[in-house]
Amino acid sequence: MSDNKKIKIVLAGNPNCGKSSLFNSLTGLKQKITNVPGTTIENKVGRFAIEDSFIDLIDTPGTYSFNPKSLDEKEAVKVFFEDPLPDAILYVADAANLKRNLFYFSQLAQHGIPMVLALTMLDIADFKGFEIDIDRLEKELGIRIYKVNARTGDGIAELKKALGQDQFAPHYAFGSKEDHTHESHFVSINKLLNKTTTLKSKRELVSNKIDAWATHPILGYLMFLVVLLVIFQSVFSLAAYPMDWIENGFSLLSEWLSAVLPDGWLKKLVINGLVAGVAGVVVFVPQIAILFFFMGLLEDTGYMARVSFIMDKMLRGLGLSGKSVVPLLSGAACAIPAIMSTRNIENWKDRLITIMVTPLMSCSARLPVYTLLISMAIPSDQYVGIVSVQALLMLGMYVLGTAAALVAAVVFKWIIRHDVPSYFIMELPVYHVPRWGNIWINMWQKSRSFVTEAGKVILVVSVVLWFLASYGPKTDQTFSIQESEKLVESYAGHFGKTLEPAILPIGFNWKIGISLITSFAAREVFVGTMSTIYSVGDEDNFEQIRDKMRKDTLANGKPVYSLGVVLSLMVFYAFAMQCMGTLAVVYKETKSWKWPVIQFVYMTSLAYLGSWITFNLFG
Amino acid sequence: MKLTELHIGKIGRIRSVADSPFKEKLQEMGCIPGSLIKPILKAPLGDPIAYELEEYTLSMRKNEAETIEIRPLDPIFAT
Repeated sequence: MSDNKKIKIVLAGNPNCGKSSLFNSLTGLKQKITNVPGTTIENKVGRFAIEDSFIDLIDTPGTYSFNPKSLDEKEAVKVFFEDPLPDAILYVADAANLKRNLFYFSQLAQHGIPMVLALTMLDIADFKGFEIDIDRLEKELGIRIYKVNARTGDGIAELKKALGQDQFAPHYAFGSKEDHTHESHFVSINKLLNKTTTLKSKRELVSNKIDAWATHPILGYLMFLVVLLVIFQSVFSLAAYPMDWIENGFSLLSEWLSAVLPDGWLKKLVINGLVAGVAGVVVFVPQIAILFFFMGLLEDTGYMARVSFIMDKMLRGLGLSGKSVVPLLSGAACAIPAIMSTRNIENWKDRLITIMVTPLMSCSARLPVYTLLISMAIPSDQYVGIVSVQALLMLGMYVLGTAAALVAAVVFKWIIRHDVPSYFIMELPVYHVPRWGNIWINMWQKSRSFVTEAGKVILVVSVVLWFLASYGPKTDQTFSIQESEKLVESYAGHFGKTLEPAILPIGFNWKIGISLITSFAAREVFVGTMSTIYSVGDEDNFEQIRDKMRKDTLANGKPVYSLGVVLSLMVFYAFAMQCMGTLAVVYKETKSWKWPVIQFVYMTSLAYLGSWITFNLFG
Repeated sequence: MKLTELHIGKIGRIRSVADSPFKEKLQEMGCIPGSLIKPILKAPLGDPIAYELEEYTLSMRKNEAETIEIRPLDPIFAT
């Protein structure tokens, strides 16, 4: 054996088999996300040293078969043929559900790659009265089998050690030489299991008892509603603190930079373009991280599958499926990771419709816009009973977004042609006590992919928009007095004025036009632009911006921001596609510009139409 | 009889799975002639239905379950 041998091992297994736990427990936090060339998939690679070898362990998405159905599964399979070819496959199988778990194994075994089998969930198998003769199974298959428990760490050290040594290719013949149908594989698996396992007793799992509640016709939905309320309450109230720290941190950074950097365009680019752009991305991380924490918790415990189960029938009529629940809910934080989470939807049409409508869910970037506008439209002391009208209007915006997403889904269902019927064949995994390690790592990785995926785009767009808002056709404006005048004279200002005839019918003047343009990087920039236009120094001071906006009057003396205009603006922000980051992700996930273009056009048209109706109703 | 005709809590043995675009998916999930299957749970609107399939729980829609032909284990009490 040469010094520092490098070994490449691919981790494979069914969904819900405990693969992620094992991966995390083998590699700890030393994980790297790499892009498989030519695919959208990000593979997790973890490296660890054992004796004199380095092991690169590559995780793959959980898969039921070698004939992949969903995008996730298709990407999983590619890893086996990537250069350099893997030295071995570490196959993880749920001991309590061995028959189905061995099916994918039997398909992989045909390829002659050495394999090691790790058995998980032995406690559940034991509880079910399921006994496995490991020695016999090892002999039959011709490979090594290790019993592991990622939670307690049992068997992990032995498995690590084994991975550094030579593995064996399985010699058990699944199917026959001529016949490799699914059926023949299962016949072989049955024969194998008849020889090596016994069922001593049959006990009902607690899981089934929980399900009686979780899928109850009334209590089931009620429970889901409570879960949603808890999640959104936490997202907004818990995230407020770290968001404050981030904002304060960035304003300190800007102050420091403005003190140390020499005056000139570079200073402005750094502070108003780059730092402001980065701050605009990072400030959403707490909300997104908290939302992903909860989504991870619901998925890890197995509850999310039940939500899909009880929601499927309703969503099906709308061209979606039970599996659309996760993306739609995630869309309430940020459409970008939400769209990435559609990968496990097998049916292309279901997946496409989910992608197309998810950005209509009110994401967290819309929240500051709504907050400012609602405070303009409704006095804070107005109540219906004990509920504040402001809060009701905010809730109304979420309902409006969700309703629009569902209606749009129905329309797309009629428009998009696709012959393969949608199906919903899904495992309901056994309930688990949360595996916190998995949840933390999942949250960390998703938040990071938001920062890198969305961050890049938002940053570039921020810099471009900063340029458009800072420079104009007139070159002699360096000594311009007021920031607000500068903005008016800038390219963005000119665009705003050019845009005015088009947006007058929905009640918007050129000042709003400027904001519509600048908020194309991210919607919340609306608030910042308003504070610049109305020369408010501190953009966090909603009251000040609001008061200045209220005082703005038309030529005839009436206020610019009448109830009609404010509501029209809110509807516009609810529907319009003003997020470059989302468009970029849609392009990446659908591998075509067709869908982001359609999405941009339909959402903007919907926004225009919605605003026009609102403006004419209330204006 | 079709899997959809089997009552909740009754066990059937799968006889065949009809051709459909999702036949392969059903097979991969373990819907293979000979496997034991038992409907255990209906979603609130009656569809989809969760089945105990050998050692785990599988949920599918009615139109998917209709493609599965079963023989009830206990013909007298099956329906």
